[in-house]
Amino acid sequence: MSDIASLPTGSRQRQGSNIGQPMTRRDGILKVTGSATYAADNNPEGLMHAVLATATIARGKVTRLDVEAARAHPGVVEVMTPENRPPLATDPDEKTNPFAFRLDALQNDGVRYAGQPIAVVVAKTLEAAVEGAALLRPSYETEAARVDLEGESFVAEIVGPGAPGRAASGDFDAAFASAAKHIEATYDTPPQYHNAMEPHSIVVRWEGDSLSIDMPTQGLAMAVGRTAELFGISPEKIHIRSPFLGGGFGSKGLAAGPQVLGILAAKLVGAPVKLVLTRQQMYGPVGHRGQTRQTVKLGMGEDGRLAAIEHHTLTSTSRFDDFLEPASNVTHSLYAAPAIRTTHAGSRIDIGTPMFMRAPGEAPGSAALESAIDEAAFAAGMDPLDFRLLNYAEVEPISGKPFSSKALRECYERGAARFGWSKRPQAPRSMRDGEGRLLGWGVGTATFPAIMFQAEARAVIRADGSGLMEIGAHDMGQGAWTALHQIAADGLGLSMDEVEFRSGSSDLPNAGIAGGSGHTATAGTALHGAGEDVIARLTELAVNDEASPLYGAGNVGVVARNGRLVRQDDESRGEPYAAILKRAGLAEIEGRGQSAADPAAQERYAMDAHGAVFAEVAVDPNLGQIRVTRLVGAFAAGRVINPRMVESQYYGGMIWGLSFALHEEAVHDKRTGRIMNANLAEYRVPVNADVPSLEAILVHEDDPHVNALGVKGVGEIGITGTVGAIANAIWHATGVRVRRFPIGLADLLGGTPDVSDKGV
Amino acid sequence: MNLFEYVRPASVAEAIAAAGEPNSAYLGAGTNLLDLMKGGALTPARLVDLTHLPDLGSIETLPDGSTRIGALVKNAALAHDTDFAKRFPVVAEALLSGASAQLRNAATVGGNLMQRTRCPYFTDTASACNKRQPGSGCDAIGGENRSHAVLGWSENCIAVHPSDFCVALTALGAIVEIEGTTGRREVPITEFFLLPGDTPEKETVLEAGEMIVAVRLPAEAAKLAANQRYLKVRERTSYAFALASAAAALTIENGAITEARLALGGVAPKPWRASEAEAALVGKAPGKEAFAAAAEAAFAEAKPSGDNAYKIELGKRVVARVLAMAAAGTPERMPALPASAFAPLPEGVVNV
Ligand SMILES: Cc1cc2nc3c(=O)[nH]c(=O)nc-3n(C[C@H](O)[C@H](O)[C@H](O)COP(=O)(O)OP(=O)(O)OC[C@H]3O[C@@H](n4cnc5c(N)ncnc54)[C@H](O)[C@@H]3O)c2cc1C
Ligand code: SF4
Repeated sequence: MSDIASLPTGSRQRQGSNIGQPMTRRDGILKVTGSATYAADNNPEGLMHAVLATATIARGKVTRLDVEAARAHPGVVEVMTPENRPPLATDPDEKTNPFAFRLDALQNDGVRYAGQPIAVVVAKTLEAAVEGAALLRPSYETEAARVDLEGESFVAEIVGPGAPGRAASGDFDAAFASAAKHIEATYDTPPQYHNAMEPHSIVVRWEGDSLSIDMPTQGLAMAVGRTAELFGISPEKIHIRSPFLGGGFGSKGLAAGPQVLGILAAKLVGAPVKLVLTRQQMYGPVGHRGQTRQTVKLGMGEDGRLAAIEHHTLTSTSRFDDFLEPASNVTHSLYAAPAIRTTHAGSRIDIGTPMFMRAPGEAPGSAALESAIDEAAFAAGMDPLDFRLLNYAEVEPISGKPFSSKALRECYERGAARFGWSKRPQAPRSMRDGEGRLLGWGVGTATFPAIMFQAEARAVIRADGSGLMEIGAHDMGQGAWTALHQIAADGLGLSMDEVEFRSGSSDLPNAGIAGGSGHTATAGTALHGAGEDVIARLTELAVNDEASPLYGAGNVGVVARNGRLVRQDDESRGEPYAAILKRAGLAEIEGRGQSAADPAAQERYAMDAHGAVFAEVAVDPNLGQIRVTRLVGAFAAGRVINPRMVESQYYGGMIWGLSFALHEEAVHDKRTGRIMNANLAEYRVPVNADVPSLEAILVHEDDPHVNALGVKGVGEIGITGTVGAIANAIWHATGVRVRRFPIGLADLLGGTPDVSDKGV
Repeated sequence: MNLFEYVRPASVAEAIAAAGEPNSAYLGAGTNLLDLMKGGALTPARLVDLTHLPDLGSIETLPDGSTRIGALVKNAALAHDTDFAKRFPVVAEALLSGASAQLRNAATVGGNLMQRTRCPYFTDTASACNKRQPGSGCDAIGGENRSHAVLGWSENCIAVHPSDFCVALTALGAIVEIEGTTGRREVPITEFFLLPGDTPEKETVLEAGEMIVAVRLPAEAAKLAANQRYLKVRERTSYAFALASAAAALTIENGAITEARLALGGVAPKPWRASEAEAALVGKAPGKEAFAAAAEAAFAEAKPSGDNAYKIELGKRVVARVLAMAAAGTPERMPALPASAFAPLPEGVVNV
């Protein structure tokens, strides 16, 4: 049984459905009182501290490390380098499956990006380990590095986690050539790095050849699998606990090199080891969003109807592995056009391998596409929202499949009404606030696919009529402890207080991966299935038991209500779960549930969540400083399990969109390849004053096809649409179209008549 | 990374004696020093903790009408001292535009003056930096230098001084009170900071062991209280260093400027007093024309040190705007976003 305690139950007694209720986070009190145990909060007996030493060059090899000096430092126990690193059963450079990304685990003296781990110092105290790492003073053989997109590129056949790099419908070239109007524009998005509040960490204990691990992960089962493969031990011998993550956003989806190094270090010193990355060490070995240069070509008729769309993305990957930001693919589903072509190219540069980062592909892709659509609307002389409605995709443009559901029109409508969009003058530079600042309004369409992974869940009804639900799910802060518990309770026909919910541990049923905005759909569907299964078994007992008031009710049907099974045709006739189990002499009854995407439904339907984001920006006409004064997003993503959590996801996504539009950028020194702003003082993200007004509207949407619960995903969609909406609003405010993100005041200083007017 | 000795002196004299040892550093709140030590950019062998010293934590008005601020007064305490903020509103506004509430609650006056540049190559020990390691070179030149200096820089260092507080102090002609083994001395803030020249590692006139005990604002500075403002342009609405900032104080009599004070931040290796611009303003009627001329004068000598030519244009606009804001009068209340382009704007200061 899992040694992760279920969360203490608050008083949330509710009769009837828990799904749809805005429950507060069940882990909220633990978190605000500091009693939620994150991985790095674990301090097993005899713990030692491991600290990484990382490369300051981007390409070459380590020629010397002053291991003696580090070892001689009081408190240092061992220095792990490629020379003495314990062997691994699988080469970390071997691609055993498409999700096995190459890791840096001290397999050799090579350096392939700045920030790569080159040694691990283990000491009795954190301070000694830090000092030991500093004493290593590495020498290098340095090769010239490249960290931009100006070098050679290759055609990318596979992008993201295994999607085709090119797709087409219709004849783009012909359609573009014969279109009445053309837009062609290139947009640059920068490298962005993960900055979850909780840095990657691991606390490892080897118990013989078994492993006991505390580490934040978005994919417990995959982490177990990868660890088993690397260390050559069976998965049953590995137990990972991950009850809380301080944010994941894709960076904790797959086991990262530093976590593997923690396990190796524990093996080397024969003691429990804790390894926690510093903020700076997050910039390299744990994935990032690769930079892109995207060219969008739009051909349209005189009436503004799109005839041809081409979206080409050039993006970076590392020298040693492939993860190419699938930015062009957002164009598959957004706007209708008879001819669409999407392509990708990659460029190998001296960086850590890019990886999933909240809305991989969609975030930068929609930034470019939504900007280009706005440029097209203006060229067509149309309001940007009318233009989007004119080119509304009734079916998925590239495949021709109908959408399983699509309430985008209503999103546009409700968002626009709330925002006051109808008052928008078409010409740029035509609005001012009361004090003379330029105001601009922009819109962007949000979209994200409804993805599901495979999962299992276990449901139990106990002799006293209470329930237990188990699934190894992941709460990254998004509220899985709460939303999944709501689903679990409804699945058992009990209140949340009557159901113990266990999660966050690898010895529970596999919940798949908390990624792709698919966790609630995936884990929720498995829980729902487990509930159905156990209720069916209980029903089976009752309807076949002459002593039960439900005897023979199999045909009319039996439903679970508030801890009782009742006849569907007469809910007054029934009996409590406890009574059924008692008569049957059972201490408990168990059911199982599975979930996976339904291939038949996927074949028939395109499945996506949608939304519309409206932004207002104010720009100082003389100084160029920008502020997003209002953001309104309206989203439709199927059934809402917990509106409070969903709203938070939209808020977080939209704020990240703002961050993308105006702030985030890892700045490399082009000569050395090092990132010069690898800290939260200089890697800018928005602060409260940057987000004065934020609203999310939850648009109702029923989807009978995505899964039994009708749930799509809400985790990533908020960032899409928002970036473009803000860029478009800046254009509308200033008349300056900035095609490089993040947009800053220097971009606006020179470009407009007022702004360059020096009279002030 | 370094092992260091920690000393907690009981008096200023003890502190000075302790800091006389080579490679010692005074410790204020540590919001800057400790960060730099953790990153390995600074490796003092001895920290002399000033925060427990008595008598350096008060704000007093002296018999001559000047105001003396002890070196240990917290940034927030100074900015929120109602009497002080009334007499020197530009200083309060500059302080409140800096860092975050948490940092301001901790940071000391002495530490604010002595805070080091945010040049990323200074912080990154793998880079060449003349300031950190004299003679090693300057990797900011030819590197990432969008936020570097356009005034006062040298071929050896192009970094900017990051403080907001010091810009306001410079405009108002503050005096730095220094104590060392040879006794006390006073240095006007305009002479306290040094330009990099060939010795960018030497940032101030402080000699080994000398400490700042107080900063004094002369009585006549208070006379400018009616017309003074700070404006700070940055890439984020709050909690960001200045790309360009300016503090202005004016006396306007009978429709003409009789006295002008102007200092610039974020554009030079030290808080930059724009004396030519001040001279150009005196006798002029406050208005666009005079302010534009002053802006030109302030940046007459400016030249880009890298990819930062935009800062010259930006700096001029900041000067023109802050002068217009100062001319419009010190606001009754501190704006919710102090020194921000998004604080309430007096009528007519935006060029439309
Ligand atoms: C994230 C972040 C954002 C910031 N943003 C801003 C901003 O926008 N604007 C701004 O102006 N500042 C900003 N700061 C800087 C902040 O103002 C300084 O860190 C702070 O003022 C330093 O004060 P302290 O007491 O902590 O100094 P410490 O860190 O203790 O010391 C700084 C230096 O001063 C020396 N020193 C301290 N006291 C004395 C003394 N009495 N005599 C001689 N030397 C002394 C120390 O030896 C050290 O070299 C920011 C800082 C951070 C971390
Ligand atoms: S600009 Fe100055 S602080 Fe920056 S690297 Fe050059 S010498 Fe060092």
